[in-house]
Amino acid sequence: MKNRAWYFVIPMLILMSIGAFLPIMVVVNYSQHYIFAGSAPTFVGLENFVEVLHDSQFRGAVSRQFLFTFMVLVIEISLGLMVALALPKKGFWVAPCLVLLGIPLLIPYNVVGIIWRLFTQSDIGVIPKIFEVLGGYYNVTLDSFDAASTILLLDVWHWTPLVVLLVYAGLQAIPDAYYQAAAIDGANSWRTFRFVTLPKLRSVLTLGILLRLMDSFKIYSEPLLLTGGGPGTATTYLSLFVARKAESYELGYASAASLIYFFIVLVMSYAAFQIITRIGKGGKVE
Amino acid sequence: MSPKKKKNKKYSKIFLILYFFLLTVPIYWMLNTSFKFDTEILSQFTLFPHKFTTKNYVEIFNSSVWMGSFLHSLEYVFLNVLITLSVSIPAAYAFSRWKFKGDHHLFFWLLTNRMAPAVIFMIPFTQIYSSLGLFDTIWAVALAHLLFNIPLAVWILEGFMSGIPKELDETAFIDGYSFLQFFTRIFFPQIKAGIGVAAFLCFTFSWVELILAKTLTIINAKPVVVTLTVGIGAEGIKWGLLGAAGVLTLIPGAVVVYFVRNNLAKGFAMGRV
Amino acid sequence: MARIEFKNVSHSFEIAEGKEKLEWAVNDINIIWEDGVANALLGPSGCGKTTMLNIISGLLMPSEGKVYIDGKDVTELSTRERHIAQVFQFPVIYDSMNVYNNLAFPLVNAKVSSSKIRAKVEKIAEILGLVDYLEFPSSKLNSAEKQKVSLGRGIIRDDTVGILLDEPLTVIDPKMRGELRRQLKIIQRELNITAIYVTHDQHEALTFADEVAIMKDGRIVQVGSPHELYSDPESPFIGYFIGSPGMNILDGKLNKSNLSLKEFDIEFSKDFRDKIKIKNGECQLGIRPEAIITSKVKTKGTIPFEIIIVENMGSYKILTLIKKNESNRNLRIKSRTDIDMSVSKGETVYLKFPEEYLKIFKDNHKIY
Repeated sequence: MKNRAWYFVIPMLILMSIGAFLPIMVVVNYSQHYIFAGSAPTFVGLENFVEVLHDSQFRGAVSRQFLFTFMVLVIEISLGLMVALALPKKGFWVAPCLVLLGIPLLIPYNVVGIIWRLFTQSDIGVIPKIFEVLGGYYNVTLDSFDAASTILLLDVWHWTPLVVLLVYAGLQAIPDAYYQAAAIDGANSWRTFRFVTLPKLRSVLTLGILLRLMDSFKIYSEPLLLTGGGPGTATTYLSLFVARKAESYELGYASAASLIYFFIVLVMSYAAFQIITRIGKGGKVE
Repeated sequence: MSPKKKKNKKYSKIFLILYFFLLTVPIYWMLNTSFKFDTEILSQFTLFPHKFTTKNYVEIFNSSVWMGSFLHSLEYVFLNVLITLSVSIPAAYAFSRWKFKGDHHLFFWLLTNRMAPAVIFMIPFTQIYSSLGLFDTIWAVALAHLLFNIPLAVWILEGFMSGIPKELDETAFIDGYSFLQFFTRIFFPQIKAGIGVAAFLCFTFSWVELILAKTLTIINAKPVVVTLTVGIGAEGIKWGLLGAAGVLTLIPGAVVVYFVRNNLAKGFAMGRV
Repeated sequence: MARIEFKNVSHSFEIAEGKEKLEWAVNDINIIWEDGVANALLGPSGCGKTTMLNIISGLLMPSEGKVYIDGKDVTELSTRERHIAQVFQFPVIYDSMNVYNNLAFPLVNAKVSSSKIRAKVEKIAEILGLVDYLEFPSSKLNSAEKQKVSLGRGIIRDDTVGILLDEPLTVIDPKMRGELRRQLKIIQRELNITAIYVTHDQHEALTFADEVAIMKDGRIVQVGSPHELYSDPESPFIGYFIGSPGMNILDGKLNKSNLSLKEFDIEFSKDFRDKIKIKNGECQLGIRPEAIITSKVKTKGTIPFEIIIVENMGSYKILTLIKKNESNRNLRIKSRTDIDMSVSKGETVYLKFPEEYLKIFKDNHKIY
């Protein structure tokens, strides 16, 4: 019986090995060579890694990425929480609200970029028009701050619904009796939130945080389509940065950078795996 | 209800309406733009088309490049989902029913791949697929996307399958069903929902994926995601066209949302996104 | 603690829904729960207990009627404003806090000084037997202890007027149920709590409460002490509902000197017949299984029955007996015997129905 299991798993394993394992080996190989078009690659050991880590451009991309992810988490989790708390618990409006929330989540990322391009481009967008009317300055293509904020706004627009849906599901799972008891105990809305709602949302919030942490760290299509990574490098996040290097055939550098990038994500993945399976054992949503 | 609570409820309502308004405005704007002439887009700011036109859509339907890329996308996505499900279903069954040496580690390794940034695979994929002669074909993208979709499908399917009691399998075998009969007649109907969720998520991911699709294609297999990126930084971008293309790419998602509208929240909590 | 009263309380959910045809979940309820008394609200599922519970606690405002606490009209007040505490079917505790903080929570919200809080918490903890657990995270307690914490939060405030217990033993391990129920009773007595224990389990109700109100189909059908309900039921339903197994109810015809059923007659003494103050006619006879004298020996006035089921209950046996009649539906009753009486299925035994334990009902009301 046990051997049978492997038969079931082998087709998948073969495809994954070719699709995943082999490529990683290639990357590891390249990362240790200096590759120049035309001539044979020269082995340079860990030199590429050193170069990447010392490169201010790389470090810039990393810090930009961390800042972005941090802002994303702060805004999306708190906004998501607020919206979920405001949503009706039952009645006619529940279904339409949930559908509206689902739509941004199913839009292809590239189209999200397009939507926001049309929305924020000077001369044709709504946001520049608003600024014009209010007498301010806004230019997503020329101003670094505007560009970065717009990408942030885009991500918040795109992904907050995920947090909302998760928290909403969590809230539905809290029996009314707890709120009744808190009312009898004389707790005001803040204390009820702090001692009843929040503890019971622990598992969904963790899930939401981990998912957004992982995915925001890999953001690629949206900045590419909205700002092309610019102006300059203002919105060149890690994925974009490494992709550029790969496209410009700096293969050794790009491979090393990829591995470092992968390593960062791996560490976070491992933590995520441990935490999420622990929640799963405890019985998903509390 | 106390007056304070009533006031809070009113603020909540206003907050919600504001939020949903902001949520739908950008989509509306794209829709709006897609039905305008380029001249109107560039010269005026209008909340709805003063001169309504479907010419952008017509142009797309008539363009071999656009229609070709829609076709390419559909092709490799379907191919990918097919292959993914074929290998993931047996694998998920193995994970959910049997404990075998290294199963936890294997499972974890699978998840890692899902988490990996796609950019890492740009370089090796290019090499591998060109050496296989598959560069710039739909096969390249279909196979490349397996990297992410197989772990996702196995993860989801394993979850659903574990929800079906093992006793069902055992009873069927005692009753004399062969494994194939058991699987097709008994097990499969039970996990239909799980397969649906897995298929949907894999479809969505593959439809949307940009990095690998861009890397592995140039002309012959260029998907719609890539065609949409055309014109960034270039002069004279045809905004109306872009809007129309965007709206069309939205359609698979909108269709799905319509069909699952009643199960959305339930599905999300169960679907382990 | 206080006295809680319902006057002409009725509630229909259809009114809010705007329907024409009304179904009354509770109908014209008049009841007083006295201060410091252990009360129970007992009834089968669907009788309206939950609706009553929600009206008492303030979660629901009745369509008609008024609710009074110590004479004050509180019908329109919210739960918090009424100061009625509740213990739910499952333990409701703040699992992010330790036991001390759980108990202190209501007082902290009321901005009581911390020294006063400490004194009260320690006192309540001692009564509840939780002194050793004060520093424990409340999530680590077992369900019985958690319920005690729930109760503790209810009684710790001085302005609590009453405690509602909504089937509080539901999730408690069966082995711990008896003990917890016993402890609840002791606490109620010691602190003079006005308690209303809502349940469908008569054993819980009868062992906890001094006054029990029985509900059926939205109405209160009888209020009394457990003993009163047991020995003096107002209707066949109550006779049958109380007791395990319940009272046997038989249809018969009352005559001048006996009661005749289809299968046999029961003779009366003149005194007994005089006490039954109605004319001859159709009626129902009620007698408890424990009151029937079962013997293997035929004596004067006993009636033969055939045993079809013998249930061994540990300290006694329950016999299900039939008497065949012309129609196919046999008369079926239950009797109770000592554990050492050896009986088996198919055997014939002789039953005597002692007068003093007979109950007579007519049109669903107690006559005697």
